[in-house]
Amino acid sequence: MSANSSSENNSSTGTWTVKSGLAQMLKGGVIMDVVTAQQAEVAQESGAVAVMALERVPSDIRKDGGVARMSHVKLIKEIQASVSIPVMAKARIGHFVEAQILESLGVDYIDESEVLTVADEDNHIDKSNFAVPFVCGARNLGEALRRISEGAAMIRTKGEAGTGDIVEAVRHLRTINGEIRKLSSMLKDELFTAAKNLQVPIELLTTVADTGKLPVVNFSAGGVASPADAALMMQLGAEGVFVGSGIFKSAADITNETDRLNQQKAMATAIVKAVTYYEDPRILAEVSEAIPDNAMRGLSVAQLPSEELMAGRGN
Amino acid sequence: MSKRPLVGVLALQGDFREHATSLSEAGAEVTEIRHAENLKNIQGLIIPGGESTAIARLLIAYNLTDPIRRHIEQGLPTWGTCAGAILLAKNAPDLDRPTISVMNITVQRNAFGPQINSFEENIYVNGISGLPIKAILIRAPIISDTGPEVSILGKLSDGSIVAVKENNLLATSFHPELTNDSRMHGLFVDMTRQYS
Repeated sequence: MSANSSSENNSSTGTWTVKSGLAQMLKGGVIMDVVTAQQAEVAQESGAVAVMALERVPSDIRKDGGVARMSHVKLIKEIQASVSIPVMAKARIGHFVEAQILESLGVDYIDESEVLTVADEDNHIDKSNFAVPFVCGARNLGEALRRISEGAAMIRTKGEAGTGDIVEAVRHLRTINGEIRKLSSMLKDELFTAAKNLQVPIELLTTVADTGKLPVVNFSAGGVASPADAALMMQLGAEGVFVGSGIFKSAADITNETDRLNQQKAMATAIVKAVTYYEDPRILAEVSEAIPDNAMRGLSVAQLPSEELMAGRGN
Repeated sequence: MSKRPLVGVLALQGDFREHATSLSEAGAEVTEIRHAENLKNIQGLIIPGGESTAIARLLIAYNLTDPIRRHIEQGLPTWGTCAGAILLAKNAPDLDRPTISVMNITVQRNAFGPQINSFEENIYVNGISGLPIKAILIRAPIISDTGPEVSILGKLSDGSIVAVKENNLLATSFHPELTNDSRMHGLFVDMTRQYS
């Protein structure tokens, strides 16, 4: 389904304003990965602005290996039925049929994600063809603008999912914002060269140079595992955060399920508060005191073999 | 030209920066509200679009609900867009945590279903002359019932009520802050000029 308009009542669905507008509403908020309806309820209760319905969180995808695909339709439907906030789901890079299925399920946003196994090594999904909006990952300005040219209505920096290590998220956000600052000081003839080097349309690049920001909302993802991590990304200029394994892999050593969920809820609530009050160290200290003392153990990205890194997928 | 009124925008979550930009264009000074003490000296307040459940939890956690309600009851002009309209409504049956609840309207959350049904439509709004307003409705609520003091300012072509006013309160289902048209913000700034 593409943008649809009816002349009778002049109303149109699937427009760019409507697709990019939902991301505007998510700003200053936390989008949480969940693998069950119960986790989705905990996420909503904690103040999440949306949930990402997954079969496995990235740290388990990493551990289990194998091919990671779109989540099971039954699971997505269960999660949709359990919450009133927007439900997102991931499709493999280039797998436009997974995206068609997710659109027909009424998923509110599709994440064309490097966390899943890549389905097409050359082409991303033509996202302008869909009424449902897409969010895509990016490590640098070229990736971000190529995804936007393909129709992405929201960007998230990739980070390195499932590690609980913030280092890549920081690198990617600093890279994009640094590249934008450089563009703003370029002369027009230099912008043509920049467009050529970044492999992006000159019109889009000129808009970014003029406004000093991406034309869509930019969240941070991939490695946020504490309220301090979330506030760091906000201070660096993220407009909101995705948290994957950082919430529902915290307190993993607690065997009683209710106790564990309560601890995870404390982590989720603390990250939500940290994203709102990211410039207030007093509140950040307060919320950091309330989190479980067994945060996600995590993996240091520097110690991961390069073939296990996800961020390089789909550039 | 009269003095620029100081208008607060609740900045817990959502598109508060877009409201700030539109307010400046419409002739107001803007301040972001994250704590009750920020409410001092403002002549108007906007509760922005965002996720009503998330904003409600933060209002409760940081003790903002009662101070905001008190200011509104003392006459503070207040405008809620989308999530903001839900939070202002006395009756929002599908919001699990009632918070500000001051306006005599019933609001049905997410009335059009999932995001693929979100849409834009040109509508006429009472008090706004000239071209119609582009109403952007994103997982939007509708105002399904209104009390006797509430005047209806705008409806969609299907008859759904999407803009209402009750004394010092304004509520819209749509997002004028996502457009370059600041006439709705102008209408609200005029309301704040009558309050001191």
